[in-house]
Amino acid sequence: MKHPEPETTPVLELEGVSKSFGAVRALRGVSLRLYAGEAHALAGENGAGKSTLIKVLAGVHRPDTGTVLLDGEPVGFHGPADARDAGVAVIYQEPTLFPDLSVAENIFVGRQPRRSFGRVDHRAVRRATAELFERLGVDLDPDRPARGLSIADQQLVEIAKALSFDARVLIMDEPTAALTGSEVARLFGVVRTLRSQGAAVLFISHRLEEIFALCRRVTTLRDGALISSEPLEGLSEDDLVRRMVGRDLDDLYPKQRTEIGEVALGVRRLTREGVFTDVSFEVRRGEIVGLAGLVGAGRSELARAVFGVDRFDGGEVEVLGRRLRTGAPSAAMAAGLALVPEDRRAQGLVMDMSIERNIGLTGFAATTRAGLMNRAAERDRAVDWAVRLQVKYARLAHVVGTLSGGNQQKVVLAKWLATSPQVLIVDEPTRGIDVGTKAEVHRLLSSLAAQGVAVLMISSDLPEILGMADRVLVMHEGRLTAEIPGSEATEEAVMAAATGRADRGRTAA
Amino acid sequence: MTVTADPVRQQPAPPPDASRRLVDRVFKARELAVALVLVLILGATQLSNTEFLSEQGVKDLLLNATILVLVATGQAVVVITRNVDLSVGSVLGISAFAAGIHLRDGGSPLVAVLLAVGLGALFGVLNGALVSLGKVPALVVTLGTLYIVRGIDSIWVGSRQITADALPAGFVDFGHDGIWVLPYLALLATAVLAGVAYYLRSYHSGRDLYALGSSPEAARLAGIPVRARIMTAYVLCGALAGLAGALYLARFGNVDSATGNGYELTVVSAVVVGGVAFTGGSGTVYGAALGALLLTSINSVLPAIGVSSVWVTAINGFLLLLAIAADRILALRVAAALRKKAARTRSARHA
Ligand SMILES: Nc1ncnc2c1ncn2[C@@H]1O[C@H](COP(=O)(O)OP(=O)(O)OP(=O)(O)O)[C@@H](O)[C@H]1O
Ligand SMILES: [Mg+2]
Repeated sequence: MKHPEPETTPVLELEGVSKSFGAVRALRGVSLRLYAGEAHALAGENGAGKSTLIKVLAGVHRPDTGTVLLDGEPVGFHGPADARDAGVAVIYQEPTLFPDLSVAENIFVGRQPRRSFGRVDHRAVRRATAELFERLGVDLDPDRPARGLSIADQQLVEIAKALSFDARVLIMDEPTAALTGSEVARLFGVVRTLRSQGAAVLFISHRLEEIFALCRRVTTLRDGALISSEPLEGLSEDDLVRRMVGRDLDDLYPKQRTEIGEVALGVRRLTREGVFTDVSFEVRRGEIVGLAGLVGAGRSELARAVFGVDRFDGGEVEVLGRRLRTGAPSAAMAAGLALVPEDRRAQGLVMDMSIERNIGLTGFAATTRAGLMNRAAERDRAVDWAVRLQVKYARLAHVVGTLSGGNQQKVVLAKWLATSPQVLIVDEPTRGIDVGTKAEVHRLLSSLAAQGVAVLMISSDLPEILGMADRVLVMHEGRLTAEIPGSEATEEAVMAAATGRADRGRTAA
Repeated sequence: MTVTADPVRQQPAPPPDASRRLVDRVFKARELAVALVLVLILGATQLSNTEFLSEQGVKDLLLNATILVLVATGQAVVVITRNVDLSVGSVLGISAFAAGIHLRDGGSPLVAVLLAVGLGALFGVLNGALVSLGKVPALVVTLGTLYIVRGIDSIWVGSRQITADALPAGFVDFGHDGIWVLPYLALLATAVLAGVAYYLRSYHSGRDLYALGSSPEAARLAGIPVRARIMTAYVLCGALAGLAGALYLARFGNVDSATGNGYELTVVSAVVVGGVAFTGGSGTVYGAALGALLLTSINSVLPAIGVSSVWVTAINGFLLLLAIAADRILALRVAAALRKKAARTRSARHA
């Protein structure tokens, strides 16, 4: 069956929209039609203009030229409130929660159900939140403050927020970037229900299989220009990649042969009360070890404790035979450890600083002479890494906060790779990174391993773990439940261990 | 055509009420701590000087605290939005004088109070407009208006002053009398405090103030009318400073061009001691009021136990640092409690 453009009027439509930020032309004459009951994908490389397009639809940006049409009528959204009142619900790429408010209040802020005299009905807010979480299968306490939630949990709260609307149009900018298979499946279930009830859906993801699973049409952007808008039926992943990148792509998981050497990172019986318990493992030189598990299994928390950002209550960490003190990241860095954190905005970058200075932050030892900063050396180092990771920027002196999400992620990677670590822990290294660059990041990790670096890779993207890891560790509720050699690791085996269904006798470490 | 994703109308299971209070309890602990320190100080003083909490003693304590409580309430509302209003001292002074002039010329007390409140609100509008339109930090903007208002005050008042004998007797009595140990002024302040607290807790626009202070960027994306809300906070703060000016006149019967000089620092201390975070988004006006009560009490306690009042400033500073340290420690403990609780609910679910 073919899916020609429906005859009906689109619910929401962009016509010839352009938008520039200074010299950067983020969108050039882009048109897009969203129909009721249809899920539409938006594809494109990092910096192609996807988030900018969404912000135009959401009333955050006013287009320089072109119009936004609602039910065929031109509308001028003056702010996010206008779009919201028109029934447009948006999940932004970066979670935008209020850390001091409770999770429930975050979801209903500005539109809490009311009682008599216009008073907020706090009980109803809590009840509605609990019910939303039930539908999404999220076990968060509606009353806890949003401060301290992991990126994945923040994203789940954002999803709940968007679903709490009477939304006619649901727009999602990489909602799944930090989620694992089972949460994604839950989300898709809910979205499909909404779609069948007549909502229009716009979906962005760099995981192509998700696009194919959920959507019927796809619009591709490249450098802010519209490349194509077509039905997904009959299209292959390679076709889609070609439209996005403009060329064919080589292997997504280029794995080099490496010599596996001595133990570089040794973790023994590490425990942080209430977070993870009795975790022991080793990573050897030249080895890439994948760490898999569901959201909330304690993977990121483990990484943070190993690096010393968080304290641990028991156990020990050794890097190249040197024992690390708890809660001392600078000692860990001196010992040759580097951690690329999951939350780029809160932990990875100083958002108001330039690209150059952000990359330079980890390199004062290398670029300082007699206590004075050598700006030229700092700049060379930044240029070198920005180019290697294909960061798309206008000038290195520009503020990091204005980069697209994926390009910010590349800057975080650059910042830590530039320290030439002996042991590298990467937490969601390719979150929000497009397919082309993803292959590049994988190649980089692989060549680091070939040079003798020990790599511990946390990822929610299971194919990435399976494609890159020599060994897969799986966590479930704060415990290591399986250690599987790369050759034997399958999706089923990892998922079984991650959900606690594994045959412990056989796989437990 | 509209999707019914609205869960509010459905009837799911009631929320687990027993566990939900944990977080609330920890947060309330901040206010409880201030109350406890207050009780301890008053109790200890009473032991060494049994006259201290006599009927007149309590009355004086409450009277002294009233004006600070009112201004701190307004200030807390502004601080919750991650702003600050340094002009409250100047506004209090000029409103008090305006009310005084009106009464001296034979005006009615009610109109005089409304005049003071209106004048305060007007300066609130000025502050709100400058803060929300200009992209200049509130600290700098209101430092500017502090001097501007003080300047206008000096020019207008000159060397004149209002004294109690120029005021109607009823107005002055209102400033002193009360029901039993409860002065009218304190009752009025308590009513205002309760009203503002209820507004902050139970109305959309009140909740928005917390959201705004917690993350201005997220507030904008959530469609909160940021400018209007900042304006609300400043107008409320200005109006309360104006009201406090009128009450100051009633209480002391004496106003000149120096009235309220330097008051803003005491007010800000009270707010911070009471647990309203300077980074916005958290704290309550009750906390700020307790902070005001605590600072005032120390002022009265020292003379009562025979310590020179030159120590007051140093002790206030110490309290301020103590409060900030307490906030930090509490934040860490809340984080730890949340972690444990989350782990428990997770394993309970998956068991
Ligand atoms: N506020 C801003 N100021 C300056 N430049 C901006 C701003 N927002 C976006 N840009 C630029 O516009 C371009 C498009 O960015 P956009 O965020 O839309 O990309 P994207 O397609 O969402 O990429 P990603 O997949 O990495 O999220 C980028 O070059 C980015 O640097
Ligand atoms: Mg984006």
